[in-house]
Amino acid sequence: MRANIEEVNQEAVSRIQRAKPELIDVSIAGETIPGMKRNMILHAGPPVTWENMCGPMKGAVIGGLILEGLAKNRQEAEALAASGDILFEPCHHHSSVGPMAGVVTWSMPVWVVENKTFGNRAYCTLNEGLGKVLRYGAFSDQVLARLRWMAEDLAPALKKAISRHGPIDMKSLIAQALQMGDEGHNRNRAGTSLFIREIAPDLVMLDESREQIARILTFIHGNDHFFLNLSMPSCKCTVDAAASLEGSSVVTTMARNGTEFGIRVSGLGDRWFTGPAGIVEGLYLAGFSAKDAARDIGDSVITETAGIGGFAMAAAPAIVKFVGGSASDAIRYTRQMYEITVAENDAYRIPTLDFRGTPTGIDLLRVVETGILPAINTGIAHKEPGIGMVGAGLVHPPENCFHDALEAFAKRYGE
Amino acid sequence: MDVKKINELFSKELKVINMGLDSFADNLRKEEVEVLHMGWKPPAGGSKRLIALLEKLDR
Repeated sequence: MRANIEEVNQEAVSRIQRAKPELIDVSIAGETIPGMKRNMILHAGPPVTWENMCGPMKGAVIGGLILEGLAKNRQEAEALAASGDILFEPCHHHSSVGPMAGVVTWSMPVWVVENKTFGNRAYCTLNEGLGKVLRYGAFSDQVLARLRWMAEDLAPALKKAISRHGPIDMKSLIAQALQMGDEGHNRNRAGTSLFIREIAPDLVMLDESREQIARILTFIHGNDHFFLNLSMPSCKCTVDAAASLEGSSVVTTMARNGTEFGIRVSGLGDRWFTGPAGIVEGLYLAGFSAKDAARDIGDSVITETAGIGGFAMAAAPAIVKFVGGSASDAIRYTRQMYEITVAENDAYRIPTLDFRGTPTGIDLLRVVETGILPAINTGIAHKEPGIGMVGAGLVHPPENCFHDALEAFAKRYGE
Repeated sequence: MDVKKINELFSKELKVINMGLDSFADNLRKEEVEVLHMGWKPPAGGSKRLIALLEKLDR
């Protein structure tokens, strides 16, 4: 049996390696995300009810409902969210990913990334920046005004610029960013810079005013995480190509909703295996400490699932100034991840490890055998709705979701 | 028992590989002995239930 599993896993990783994510458009969630509805809110992680949502996710839902004009204030939004009239579904059920709370509503602009090799697409909202932002649970007037500007001015201009430019090769941009000290999850400074370099010549040729173009470029320049919302859908459409392969023990989804951490395994289809979301160990912004922190949250762990992020930390030693630890820790995390992965990436390479490919394709069986859990770096949200980001750090998934998945896998393939 | 060879060994500079508990390596480091600790754990953390599930798939 194991030989067959190894063989299918090689095919799964081959699909990950052959994926060619390209940025093709910026569109409106309601017009482009499959199955999206006006009364639907997508969120990060495995399925969760309004009652069981953590503070920052509730905050983002409140903001989303106000943004859509479905509620006037926090009280109305909370009542509507609890009424049963709003459908809550995971981004992952709609070919989408969302960082932190991951909230996507009908009128939000989304990146459209297509896997050119396999034809599947993935969607993700545009990154707002750090601090007081919707994805960390903040929903003040300032947060909502920024989101409106992004929908009304930023997204249409980027749409036109991408149309003028043609598809942007995301695999190449991510590969270059890794050579420049990013890891594609919590360090995206190089990726953001490369994106500006790619799009600026087309942006400045649009009919928008010089002030408008300057504001757009300044906004992207001022947000080192801008590229995260591009690396995420790139990773999502990459790993989705390896999903639902009969007999494969490759992990194709890891995601958290702030209450639970969930994984899905290729050979077990769409079934989630969940455990309690972890507590993040990290560095805090001035004025905040561990007692303010929400639990682990967000779909951004799709980066680790695809072989970058925490798995490529050796490429990004400077990230430890953001998430904690030392540069040698960053190298150790990456080295350890080779123990639980099927292959070394043939595009994403790490200069400090003699250009070794990043550890790619998490094997459920190896995780359980070795007891080594995936290394994830992540942002930390305040545990109460309405506040926002408080820090960043490192976290592991709960081991029981891997144990439960192994039980189901052995039941299906071990008889 | 010929302890000569053992005494010879300990009179040289030691280079130690430690397999097992971290504390053995830590104690040697405190004595300024060069030690390489090998991270080793029993398969599946020694869980009989998980080992049985993995063996099912090895068939």
